[in-house]
Amino acid sequence: MATVTFDKASRIYPGTERPAVDQLELDIADGEFLVLVGPSGCGKSTSLRMLAGLEDIDAGSIWVGDRDVTHVQPKDRDIAMVFQSYALYPHMTVADNMGFALKIAKVDKAEIRERVEAAAKVLDLTEYLDRKPKALSGGQRQRVAMGRAIVRQPQVFLMDEPLSNLDAKLRVQTRTQIAALQRRLGTTTVYVTHDQVEALTMGDRIAVMKDGKLQQVGTPRDMYDAPANVFVAGFIGSPAMNLGTYTVNNGVAQVGNGQVALARDAVAALKAEDKNQVVLGFRPESLDRVAPNTEGAVPINVDVVEELGSDAYVYGTVAAENPGAAAMHFEAGGSSEVIVRIDPRDVPKKGDSVWVKIREGEQHIFSSATGDRLSKAVQSSVSL
Amino acid sequence: MPLKITGAVDPELLDLPWSVPLETWPEDTLAALPRGISRHVVRFVRFRGRVLAVKETVGPMAQREFTMLKDLGRMGAPCVVPFAVVDGRRDKDGNELPAALVTEHLQFSLPYRALFSQALRDDTLDRLIDALAVLLVRLHLLGFYWGDVSLSNALFRRDAEAFSAYLVDAETGDIHASLTAGQRNYDIELACTNIIGEMFDLQAAEELDDAVEPLDLGDRIKERYCDLWSTLTGKETFHDNVRYHVAERVKALNELGFDVAELDMTQTSDGSELSIHPKVVDAGHHSRRLLRLTGLDVQENQARRLLNDLDEFRAVTFPDEEETLAAHEWLARNFEPTVRAVPKEFRRKLEPAQVYHEVLDHRWFLAEKRSNITMPEAVASYVKHVLPARPDEAAVLGHAIGTSAEGDPETSTETRSIPAWQLPPTVGRLRD
Repeated sequence: MATVTFDKASRIYPGTERPAVDQLELDIADGEFLVLVGPSGCGKSTSLRMLAGLEDIDAGSIWVGDRDVTHVQPKDRDIAMVFQSYALYPHMTVADNMGFALKIAKVDKAEIRERVEAAAKVLDLTEYLDRKPKALSGGQRQRVAMGRAIVRQPQVFLMDEPLSNLDAKLRVQTRTQIAALQRRLGTTTVYVTHDQVEALTMGDRIAVMKDGKLQQVGTPRDMYDAPANVFVAGFIGSPAMNLGTYTVNNGVAQVGNGQVALARDAVAALKAEDKNQVVLGFRPESLDRVAPNTEGAVPINVDVVEELGSDAYVYGTVAAENPGAAAMHFEAGGSSEVIVRIDPRDVPKKGDSVWVKIREGEQHIFSSATGDRLSKAVQSSVSL
Repeated sequence: MPLKITGAVDPELLDLPWSVPLETWPEDTLAALPRGISRHVVRFVRFRGRVLAVKETVGPMAQREFTMLKDLGRMGAPCVVPFAVVDGRRDKDGNELPAALVTEHLQFSLPYRALFSQALRDDTLDRLIDALAVLLVRLHLLGFYWGDVSLSNALFRRDAEAFSAYLVDAETGDIHASLTAGQRNYDIELACTNIIGEMFDLQAAEELDDAVEPLDLGDRIKERYCDLWSTLTGKETFHDNVRYHVAERVKALNELGFDVAELDMTQTSDGSELSIHPKVVDAGHHSRRLLRLTGLDVQENQARRLLNDLDEFRAVTFPDEEETLAAHEWLARNFEPTVRAVPKEFRRKLEPAQVYHEVLDHRWFLAEKRSNITMPEAVASYVKHVLPARPDEAAVLGHAIGTSAEGDPETSTETRSIPAWQLPPTVGRLRD
């Protein structure tokens, strides 16, 4: 087992100016499950492939434990790329399917059997070792595929969107299994996904990337409660955080027809280049429905109500006499739409107006000039 | 989402039973073709007189692979031709079914397992691995990282004495401007591991002699790949007679079947030596020359064989004639009468160019006993004595070539064993 370190590692594809991965600095602890997440083209897969040895490292270095692997061949890095769905060999036993690669590595027979049995135990496959793949269920077959990587006992597992070829139901099932398995094995794992829900549910820590640059790294809770910038705020969480740019007067933001008092420490951190504007974010579950004209409340016009049984969401727009005050856009924040989680036993109708207030301490405030976070972490009660 | 077909402009594709899981498609729709080991459910279906391969997978993956195969085809890679992506499938109860990637079946192609039979020549395995090494080099030259190189993920066509390999499964791959050494090495390692696994599996199925050492075959692909790669792309430095060395290098590459499109020449820093380094090489040197001369579009080794015959014909018959005119005469006097001499009922056995190659071999064999064997004599003897014993390899449409050993419902990792040679053709259905 080992730590993994990206030390200002960059990848610049020939003929391009902007690095695909730009001076990535990331320390992954021994035994940690780290998820690299971000939109398509953010550099997450390239980073993983740099670690695997599939992409050249044009600047900086990558370390596995105390070994610099920057110029080491993929096969000599002691790293295993894990695929979720290998084709299994139909005439070979489960044990042979798992262990044949060790034969190639000239591991002796007794040790192969030992390692295969140990892997089978972790994977709950012990009783199937002498059967053929045809006797296994789909899920068991996938575990045999995992077993192939496990018996190699690599220092690090790498997984690049391993669930992308599964249907939605199997995906949810398998992600739980992978996370549980990783914890049982305790092998350092780097996992790439574009799906922030996958990242939140699986990772010990998450590293969010955009345009080749690391935006933030932290626990799922850090990402949710204290996104470091507007991009992370808009990317992490589903439904997404409401984000808008508003003018501030005397510590109060004009949000549509409502006046929202902003956290003092955040207002104090505003600089001249912010031009008295902030990006204010609030999660759909951070809003309380209140009586019309309550101080600090904002009226919302209801466009659609989505009822999901345990939850209900209002998709609406900020009611505003002054159109500028309704603006809810920022690059990652989506549209002028506002999403509000409401009590499913008391849902408004389309066309109604509801007044909502951001709960105390649940504002996310960012600099309008840099997009960086100005306010303290939110103490949310949502379970991730 | 309603049923959505992207790609093929053929409304009749809608008539296939998309509301049924591929595993349970009716047998009268299926063409019984040998299948390789696959992660997915794959079936061959009859469609308007041709054969399509249908693979179930998730929508975005099907679309991605479709686009990738299109791009590879445009770049001239030897790969299957994508036909359509079918998404939004639902069964009769409205439940979602996986998307499907549809590709055209490559005529006269066989999965490697179909080539393991009693009639296996000793060196068949070596020739398959050599073909896979050539395929891998060609794909790498184009910037394609495969990500899952194996015999199962390729199809093989007879190509004179050798085989040509074609990429059939591109779902793990990526196209890059050029590949890094790490990407190439990783593909080679995967090829090595997968081939060894495939051989162990054949031995477990008792389809391959235990005397064959799978580990040696793994080494073979590595060696073949590395030799070919360094011949094609390696840098050589000379201090004199550079013009001669360049000509020799180009000739050597031509003999391997590659044309040199760009060559880098660099003077060493002290100016005393010159390095040459082929920058862009294109496969298909012989097949392009044959196509230009005769219009015949055949594989590389077949082309080499046909060109040898053509050159010999020209030297003997029209020594002073222009090459294109001699080629025209060769086509009319030698090639066409030979392939036309194959009776209709035997025409599905081998491609015409392969037949011509085998007739040339047969003539050589006959000539050991009697000299001056003519082509008409050779082809008559070949049709009488050799061809009837050969299997049908066109698309084996409607003929039972794949059979299941255990006969139970097939799973996606299951592979059929294919004793293709010995089976009498049973028209119209899979044998269980």
